[in-house]
Amino acid sequence: MPADGGIGASTKRREDVRFLTGLGNYTDDINIHNQAYVHFLRSDVAHGKLNRVDTRAAEKMPGVIRIFTSKDFEGVGGIPCGWQVTDRFGEPMQEPKHPVLAEGFVRHVGDPIAAVVAETLEQARDAAEAIEMDISELPAVIDMAAALEDGAPKVHEELSSNLCYDWGFVEENSAAVADAIANAAHVTTLELRNQRLVANPMEARVAIGDYNRATDEHTLYTTSQNPHVIRLLMGAFVLGIPEHKLHVISPDVGGGFGTKIFHYAEEAFCTFAAKAVNRPVKWAATRSEAFMSDGQGRDHVTKIELALDKDGHFLALRTDTLANMGAYLSTFAPSVPTWLHGTLMAGNYKTPLIYVNVKAVFTNTVPVDAYRGAGRPEASFQLERVIDKAARELGMDPIELRRKNFITEFPYETPVAVAYDTGDYNATMDKLIEMADFDGFEARREASAKKGKLRGLGVNCYIEACGIAPSNLVGQLGARAGLYESATVRVNATGSITVMTGSHSHGQGHETAFPQVIASMIGIDADQVDIVHGDTAKTPMGMGTYGSRSIAVGGSAMVRAAEKVISKAKKIAAHLMEASEGDIELKDGQFTVAGTDKSVAWGDVTLAAYVPHNYPLEDLEPGLEETAFYDPANFTYPSGAYACEVEVDPDTGKVEICSFHAADDFGNIINPMIVDGQVHGGIGQGIGQALLENCVYDSDGQLLSASFMDYAMPRADDLPFYDVDHSCQTPCTHNPLGVKGCGEAGAIGSPPAVVNAVVDALQRAGHDITHIDMPLSPARVWSAMQG
Amino acid sequence: MTQVSMTVNGESVSGDVEDRTLLVEFLRETLELTGTHVGCDTSQCGACVVHVDGKAVKSCTIFAAEAEGAEVQTIEGEAAPDGTLSTLQQAFQDNHGLQCGFCTPGMVMSAKALLAENPKPTEAEIRAYLSGNLCRCTGYHNIVKAIMAASGQDVSSIAAE
Ligand code: FES
Ligand code: FES
Repeated sequence: MPADGGIGASTKRREDVRFLTGLGNYTDDINIHNQAYVHFLRSDVAHGKLNRVDTRAAEKMPGVIRIFTSKDFEGVGGIPCGWQVTDRFGEPMQEPKHPVLAEGFVRHVGDPIAAVVAETLEQARDAAEAIEMDISELPAVIDMAAALEDGAPKVHEELSSNLCYDWGFVEENSAAVADAIANAAHVTTLELRNQRLVANPMEARVAIGDYNRATDEHTLYTTSQNPHVIRLLMGAFVLGIPEHKLHVISPDVGGGFGTKIFHYAEEAFCTFAAKAVNRPVKWAATRSEAFMSDGQGRDHVTKIELALDKDGHFLALRTDTLANMGAYLSTFAPSVPTWLHGTLMAGNYKTPLIYVNVKAVFTNTVPVDAYRGAGRPEASFQLERVIDKAARELGMDPIELRRKNFITEFPYETPVAVAYDTGDYNATMDKLIEMADFDGFEARREASAKKGKLRGLGVNCYIEACGIAPSNLVGQLGARAGLYESATVRVNATGSITVMTGSHSHGQGHETAFPQVIASMIGIDADQVDIVHGDTAKTPMGMGTYGSRSIAVGGSAMVRAAEKVISKAKKIAAHLMEASEGDIELKDGQFTVAGTDKSVAWGDVTLAAYVPHNYPLEDLEPGLEETAFYDPANFTYPSGAYACEVEVDPDTGKVEICSFHAADDFGNIINPMIVDGQVHGGIGQGIGQALLENCVYDSDGQLLSASFMDYAMPRADDLPFYDVDHSCQTPCTHNPLGVKGCGEAGAIGSPPAVVNAVVDALQRAGHDITHIDMPLSPARVWSAMQG
Repeated sequence: MTQVSMTVNGESVSGDVEDRTLLVEFLRETLELTGTHVGCDTSQCGACVVHVDGKAVKSCTIFAAEAEGAEVQTIEGEAAPDGTLSTLQQAFQDNHGLQCGFCTPGMVMSAKALLAENPKPTEAEIRAYLSGNLCRCTGYHNIVKAIMAASGQDVSSIAAE
């Protein structure tokens, strides 16, 4: 491990100091002089016709500045969707308007109807209660299958049905897959639900709009993972504000997990209202509001069929999925069950034929979009569960069945249109076996049995695709954005460096890890490098952080910009040492001339760039600052093997996690400590999904899990220590750092391990149970055991 | 409006509050001590934990007026006046016990109260004590580890089994 704080060092995080001392600057910590407060009046019914919204009495309430309804937004665009999926008949998806404030209808509990701007938050709330409304409640559709029935009530009157799209992938394979399944020696079938989740970053969303009449400039402070994306979507599609008049700042952000990617109505509202009332306008979500307005995650119902030959070779795979979109299309919602899910269905295995069908459905529920893993946890879960079931049906060892079907040669073109560049699935499995002491399982099982507990062991693999790219391909797939990243490397006169990145940290540790890369490239202390992010006025246009893309895409952009800087610095060094540029080497912060003892320090060269007295001015501009935009050639493909051991209490059905082991391959690693932390957090959320979390609506569309009292977040005493390892490293071949990304792996790989373990425990105890839907709550496990 | 006076991080402070003003609002809005966070509206996340007369309290669950005359400590009072981190804060940094940092002030204040009553807590005791503090980022592994380390326990073999 290098001592200099460069690549590979577990450097302690510099951002921690401000967070540990209360000096973080989160959006809700910001208050602007003369600020007014917003409270949204939200629908408490899931579906209704808005006959009348009368704000006259409320406007007379103390402190009220103005009350807004959809009438104030005539001529303003809807909240745009950033991805258009084409269905299997070549037609575009159905794409209803998503107004900033409800127009004529409310379509989910929490749909904003009116917004009160007042001197204080309490006054805004009090006034909202005085708004008179006449809503005719309409029948709500909550269940996806019911929503697709003929004659089902429509979420959007103007659409032909509740079907957003019917997607087939790869459509041409469908007949061959059906054939293979019909003729296979063995077919394993599983029906399952990947339940709806709420991301719940501990910081709820906040937006502050500010408007400067003198300059016609708008500023939005927002809890976003991608401020540039918000600026583009909101400026161009909703409010019609040109980018140079719109400044979006995402300061310290308290976690995102996907739900802070999307452009939200509240952001557009605060930006719009700040100009309308000519005051700064602040909105901070309560947790209850977050539950009914943050984009939710998952919510797939799937039937999966795996065809095998008599020796256990996978022949074909077919999946049928209903994917819930909620009431409106959130920013990237259509891409999640399609391109982020179908393309991963090959997993780690050489299944020659795959067909994925997804029907996306509108329901009267909160919109659904990306949540940590987005599509890939859904793919992994069904695949690894069906393989586990197949192994039991065939009487094969689940690890051997996997190994038999592993892809072992790279690059590998899957039948679902992606090409894995590198990987070594046997190596991570070998590592896992070493870590998890499978040989000792029987003894541990007996010890559990003595305590009256049923012990089980679950194993699975996963693959994920990070850093979704390249832009020209995703454009063909329907993305309405590019998926590059940017960085500006600004070298200061005395040699310190400021990197402006389009990537964004909301817990990932960019401020520590990114400088480690620069430190290694130049050979200076990482302390000499600072990272600026989260401000559209300071950073080049960039796409932000999601999909485990920061180091793979954002880090690569920074490397490209730093390479340009170094190339120019070498020209300056060559001039200073009167040598030829090709002979200049840079190491440990010193430029040397090959084969001589001449050298000049990094700081001397940087000073010469800004005080160009002795400088090749005829050939070279002064200054040392470069920008790069990096558009990856491919996704990256991290992979791994996970194992979980559980104890089930047969009297109560309660599942306890005894151990969790994770062997991951992330390619090269910049900061191992941060990578461990990312995996821990992902596993924590994955175990949360497997055992605890469930976002539930009743049949009328009332959200039953609307607070931390009803939505079971994993707590410290629900979770174990995790044993994680990332020593298996097959570097990515197409990015300059050879990195793959690690942010979502834990959340993708862990749910099947837990469920496989519980099923294993129950089967060993003689129960004929092949599946229980998540979350595996005591009630569900106990009921399953009763038959 | 009533006037309340208390000591916060060793300094006497006072301010006018409504009867319904929560302690956390008084700290964040009146005193501009924004290190104490609000993560929920049902008293379940612990992001708002401060010490009132030496006891860990969720500052969203008491009114400012109830802290009249009390000694309050927030995260801003935890490091030494010159900025040196306390042993507990340093252990959080050393063990990567935080990511986004939003739960962190509450975690540190809860952990401090735990260590005051139980200087060498076991893993299970730490997990049980922290059940009122939610963290969405870390999976708790490194938080528990940090608290064990701060109490002088050897954490080098954790999770190696
Ligand atoms: S803010 Fe969540 S417990 Fe106080
Ligand atoms: S560090 Fe983000 S919530 Fe705990």
